[in-house]
Order: sequence, then C-alpha cells, then structure tokens
Amino acid sequence: MSSFTGTGRLVRLAIRRDRIQLPLWILGTALFVPIVVASVRDRFPTDADRIEILRSAVASPALLVLRMAPTGASEGAMIMFSLLTYAAVLAGFMSTLAVVRHTRQNEETGRSEMVGATVVGRHAGLTAALIVVAGANIVLGGLVALALIGYDQPVAGSVGAGAGIAGAGLVFAGIAAIAAQIAQTSRAANGIAAAVVGVAYVLRGLGDALGQVQPDGYTVVSAWPTWLSPIGWVTEMRQYEGDRWWVLLLPLVTVVASVAVAFALTARRDVGMGMIQPRPGPAQATPALLSPLGLAWRLQRGTLFGWGVAMVVYGVAVGSLSQTVEDALGDNQGSVDTINKLAGGSNVDLMDAFFAAMMAIYGAMAAAYVVQALMRPRAEESSGAAEAVLATGTGRLTWLASHVAVAVGGAVLLLVLAGASTGLVAGLTGSDVGGNLVDLTGAALVQLPATLTLAGFAIAAFGLLPRLSVGLAWAAFTVSLIVGQLGELLGLPQAVRDISPFTHVPAVPAASATALPLIALTAVALALGAAGLALFRRRDIAL
Amino acid sequence: MTSAISVSGLVKTFGQTRALDGLDLSVDTGEVHGFLGPNGSGKSTTIRVLLGLLRADAGDVSLLGGHPWRDAVALHRRLAYVPGDVNLWPNLTGGEAIDLFGSLRGGLDKRRRTELIERFQLDPSKKARTYSKGNRQKVAVVAAFASDVELYILDEPTSGLDPLMEAVFQECVREVKHQGRTVLLSSHIFSEVEALCDRVSIIRQGKTVEAGTLAQLRHLTRTSISVETAHPITGLQEQTGVHDAQVDQTRAKFDVDSHELDHLLRYLTRFEVRTLTSAPPSLEELFMRHYGDELRENGLKAEATAR
Repeated sequence: MSSFTGTGRLVRLAIRRDRIQLPLWILGTALFVPIVVASVRDRFPTDADRIEILRSAVASPALLVLRMAPTGASEGAMIMFSLLTYAAVLAGFMSTLAVVRHTRQNEETGRSEMVGATVVGRHAGLTAALIVVAGANIVLGGLVALALIGYDQPVAGSVGAGAGIAGAGLVFAGIAAIAAQIAQTSRAANGIAAAVVGVAYVLRGLGDALGQVQPDGYTVVSAWPTWLSPIGWVTEMRQYEGDRWWVLLLPLVTVVASVAVAFALTARRDVGMGMIQPRPGPAQATPALLSPLGLAWRLQRGTLFGWGVAMVVYGVAVGSLSQTVEDALGDNQGSVDTINKLAGGSNVDLMDAFFAAMMAIYGAMAAAYVVQALMRPRAEESSGAAEAVLATGTGRLTWLASHVAVAVGGAVLLLVLAGASTGLVAGLTGSDVGGNLVDLTGAALVQLPATLTLAGFAIAAFGLLPRLSVGLAWAAFTVSLIVGQLGELLGLPQAVRDISPFTHVPAVPAASATALPLIALTAVALALGAAGLALFRRRDIAL
Repeated sequence: MTSAISVSGLVKTFGQTRALDGLDLSVDTGEVHGFLGPNGSGKSTTIRVLLGLLRADAGDVSLLGGHPWRDAVALHRRLAYVPGDVNLWPNLTGGEAIDLFGSLRGGLDKRRRTELIERFQLDPSKKARTYSKGNRQKVAVVAAFASDVELYILDEPTSGLDPLMEAVFQECVREVKHQGRTVLLSSHIFSEVEALCDRVSIIRQGKTVEAGTLAQLRHLTRTSISVETAHPITGLQEQTGVHDAQVDQTRAKFDVDSHELDHLLRYLTRFEVRTLTSAPPSLEELFMRHYGDELRENGLKAEATAR
C-alpha cells in the first residue's frame, strides 16, 4: 500500500473515458502534417521559391508572431515554419484539458471522493492523469515523426519535431497539474492552464518578431523572450537545420519540476479543496443580481474579465510592436505582394497589412470568448441549475436571451478593448494617437459579424442538439479558424474557405470595409440565433 | 373541491424508454398529496412535465387551471419548486440564491425569509460550494416557503435533512396547508407522508397503481393480528382472507385482508379472546406489498447470479 496504489486501475478508467476524445485530438493534430507537406510541395517546390518567400516573411513581424522564426530553406524547415507552433499549441490544449478532466473535474463533481474511499492512494489520481497524458503526447509525437519520415524527411529532424511537440504538451500538462491543485473548479484550472499556453505563444511570438535577421536574409535568430516559452523551446530545436537536441532538456527539467510541485501540493491539501480558502459572502443579494440578466452577468463576468485582461495585454503588445515593424520594414516595399498574400490583405501598406493580420487574431479571440460564454447555458442546463430557474417566473426566452446578451455584449467589449489598446499604444509609440485609436478600434469591430455568426451557430446547436452542442460549437470554431485564417496558407480551394465566416471579413485596415459581407454575416448570425431561441423554446430540458 | 393538478393518461418517452406510460394524478386544492414510487418509476419526470420543462407526448395535464407547457411562466409565478438534488451556483452565497429564486418567482416575504433561515439554522453568508447536501436542500426549501404561492411542488425535499430539520420541514408544510395552499410531496420517507398527506398516489413504471386516502389504501391491504384465547383455536386457516397463520394451541399470529377483519373477529370470539393486538398496515407495508413482486423478482435474479 503506497500513495500510488490503484494507479493502474485509474489509468484504465481514464483511457476508457477518453477513448474517443484523445484519439480525435491526436489524429486531428497529426493531420496537419500531410496537409502542410502537400501545401509546401505544391507552392514552394524549390529552394529558390522557399528562400524568396522566407525573405519576405522575415520582414513581416506579424508573420513571425503567428508562425516562428525561420531556421532555413530546406523543405523540412519550411514544413516546420508552417506547422510547428500550431501543433505545439494543440498538444498543449489536449494536455491541459485532459489533466484537468482527470484531476480537478473529478474532485469538483465528487467522483474522486468515491474513488478515494476505495483502495486508492493519495497520488494515484494525479499520477494516472499524467500517465495517460504522457501516453497521448508520446503517441502524437510518434505519429508526427513517422508521418514526416514517411514524406522522405530526414529522420533526425522528424524525430526532433515529434519529440519537441510531445515535450511542449508535457510541459503544459505539468502546468495544468499545478493549476488543478490551486484552483477549486475545473473551469478556473482550465482557465489558468489556457492562459499559460497563450502567454507562451505570445512570448515566443515577441521573441521571434524581435529576433535578429541573419546575413543570409531569410533566417532569424530569436530574441530572449522566445527562450522563456515552452513553445519557443520546440522551435529552438531547429529541426532539419542543426537539430539542437540539448534544447529538449528544458522541457524535461520543467516537466519534472512542475510534476514534483503538483505532487507536493497534493500531499498538503484536502480532497475537494483548493489552495485558496473560501470566504463568506453577502447574506443578502444586491438588487443587481435579482433578474435573469443579473444572474447571467454574475455567472459570466469572471470569464469576461479574464478575456478582457488577455485582450488588453495582447493589444498593448501588438501596439508596441507596430513601431518595430515600421522600422524593420523601412522602404522594403519589394516584398509587399508576398506579404499581403500571406497576411490576407490586398492593399499596399505593410503597416496596414500587419494590423489587418492582428485584427483577424482579435476576431478569433473574440469568437473563442463568445463560444465559451455561450456554453454556459448548456452547463447550467446539465447541472440542473437551469431547471430551478426555469421553474420560477422566468421564461425560456428571457433566460437564454440574458446569457446571449452577456456573451454578445462581452464580444463587442473585447473587440473594443483590443482595438483601442492597440491604437492607443501604437499612437503613443508612433504618432497620431487619436487617429490610430479610432481607426484601429473600428477595424477591430469589423470582426464582430464573423464572431456573431459563430455565436449564432452555438445558439442554434444549443437549441437543436443540446447534448452535442459543446462539441459542435467548438468544432465550428476550430474549422472556421483553420479554414478561414490558414486556408490560403494551406492552399485550400475558395469554395472550402468560404465556409468560414472569417473568410468574408474585409482585411481592414489593409482593405476598405465593404458593407455587403458584413451585413450578410450579421443576417446569418441573426437567423441562426433566432432559430436557436425558437428551438430551445420548443424542446425538452435535457440533463 | 377544485383540482390543483389534474393529469390523465400522461405519456413521455425518451428514445426507446417509456418513462411515463399513461400516468394519472389528481391533486385537490388545499390538500397535501403524497407522490410515491420506487426509484426510476417516473416521479421526477412527472414533476418536470408539470413544470413545463418536458413536453408531454400524450395525455391531458392541467396545473392550477392552466397548461404547464403553454402557460409555463404565468403558472410558475404561482408555484414554488424544490428539486430532489439542489444544484446551486458555487460562487453565490445561500442568501443570494434565496433572494434570487424569490425574486425570479415574483417576490419574497422578507420577514418569513429571516424567520425560516433561523428555523432551519442556515448560514446564508456561506458560498454554495461550501454547503453540504443538507444545507443546499435547506436553501431551496427556505426559498420555496418564503414565497407567497398557491402550490408547492416538492421532489424529495428532505433528502439530506437531519431529523430536527425534518420536523421543522413538517411544521412548514402544515402551516402552508393551514393557509389553504396545495402541496405535492414526492417522498420516500413513509413516516413523513403518513404524518402530512391527506391522499397519496403510488406509481410504478410510469403508471399509477394506487391512489386515495391512506384509510382507503389500508383497506386494500392486510392487518397483522396476534391473539390469545381461552380455548384452542381451530379452523383458522380455512377462514377467507387469512394469510401466514401460525397457530400454537391458544395463541395465533396471522395477517388478514382488511375487508375480512370484521368477519374474522366474530369468528375469533367463539374461542373467548383474552388479548388481541392488531397492527394496521403501515404505508411502508402497503408500498412493499405493491412492489413485493418486483423485490422477489430481483431477489431471484440476485440468487441466480450468486449461484
């Protein structure tokens, strides 16, 4: 009998629970390899093609933020340039969600209390979660490596890519393990872990954008912020271009340290409790709470505050980067066309193309928020809380519309925050504060109709298929993001790219805002939302 | 007497499962009506249909003179509901939740709220995530009884309450009954139902198998008799309505169908009765009798698997 007794059984339980979810994550992420390889071979078949595109890319900090600092012109390095950071992020989210699912979520629902009362050791739950997640990352890394080797890439670099991605996933798993000890709810733990993944991405982006362009003119040595990021560690392995294996030590040490911290915390705290002690609250409600809208706001405001902070931080980072971009670009107008093609713009000004690319990211972030916020009604429904509210004088339409109002209002607020903070900082570091503020806030709001379309889809899914709605809404978001933001990069046909609402958003400020697509998107959003409300009114409450 | 709840031939299916299969339920205004049935028999499904949370597939349902699906919101202002498994928002305090439910229901009696919180010994300033099951249940019960409504729909409201709180709860039900309000009480606690209810409905597999006052239902079952006589008892087994008789000269123990009781007592007097104790059937026995065959079936299954 040790504190690890029963780990094996819990591992089998976790695998049984995840038998569909984890394989989907793994296959979905590994599927990037064939898509990216096909695209690279089709569009950049020779070293000369690749050098040409990379020369333009290193002049565009926006691209470097989104992707990574190019390490070379070989086919393998080009594949890494198109794939590595996204795969690392996906491995990160797969890992954090799975760790929280098998630790804090079990505690929150009381399942671990039942399990803990059987012959199961104190550390067994966390150990089992980490074993399953480690297995998933190893399978993912192995698949990626095998796929790359299958496409005739050098073995060392391919294994390095797989190992790097798996390593990033494991680092985030370790961080999620700590978050699951600190936070008392799985939502909060997932939030902390997701924020760490986001910060890691931004840090790497900053480091890469601020990196030193090498004399060859198409590779970049990243600046120090990249080295602070677990996603940066993956790219710094320089697969196919030197294969720096020692970089793998960074994720390894971090994993061991974070897991040790998580175990130490497990041994010190009570089951079901977090590290933050609950405090008493008001014995009576304030009038602001006492309406369906007040309740929806109360339940959602924490999520919105978190996103608001993230948006402002990101906006400030982008705004402060804009001056660097301008300096770096100088009069390098020769590569304008290529950059515009990659950044999705159709005009000439590189600064505008940079901002347009950033606006697309704000749009995606606001869409992620709105989808997350609109999952709240479903959570309320399945927990039984909605039942108690709907058994009072609150009508179904009022109840759902209150949540929709908070979600949509929140999305507007987030876009304004992101655009305004970008414009303000860009203006302060450059010139024309007022003009930048107004222009960029407006440009951010151009993203709203696409965001609302995904909100409409989430509401419709909730109205029609409540039990599947969470998966459907996130799938729609992911597909829209990949098809819309990366469709051109992946060389997808226009008909496929048109599925995504993001495809139809004018690349303001690089392009002018045309009304027709925005009106059409808004109309689709309203139709979907209205259908969702009508369907919800007519259906059974599903637990 | 008008009808607060009237359900006839209610059917509700979930895919292949027929959760309610022609259920009937009639609750008169001003009565406390017990709603009994084993787990999974359809009690909560019936209540969800009454609350307009689920849509009936067939059958007529009327609640306070309205249609539970079409008039849901208007009806909900006139009723209070306590679910069997109370889910509160973990970051709201109990006091906030009580105020919220009260206000969403269209008003709350502040004095009654204070009084009930005291009677149920609830700390309203604690966050719901720190409450035990019993305390969460108290929040819902306080919120319900602090509302000025005509009908209380209580789905196993006392699960998790300690005996002292159970007594407070029974007081509250009697108070609202005294004020002429109607209560539908789904419960597994027979003593509670016997103490509070005017009439009961027993359901099984989505159908009503028995409905009426406790006295009427008792009539349908058996009374246990233990008797001592001066002369040896003979021929007892041959009497109609006698079951499980154990006769030992001048002593006997047996069960008798309640409607044969009078006839049997006449028969016993011929042996010169010295002492006689009779135990009227409890609601529990009544219930067990209805589900006895199910228990036996399950018992046999269990035995079969054990072998």
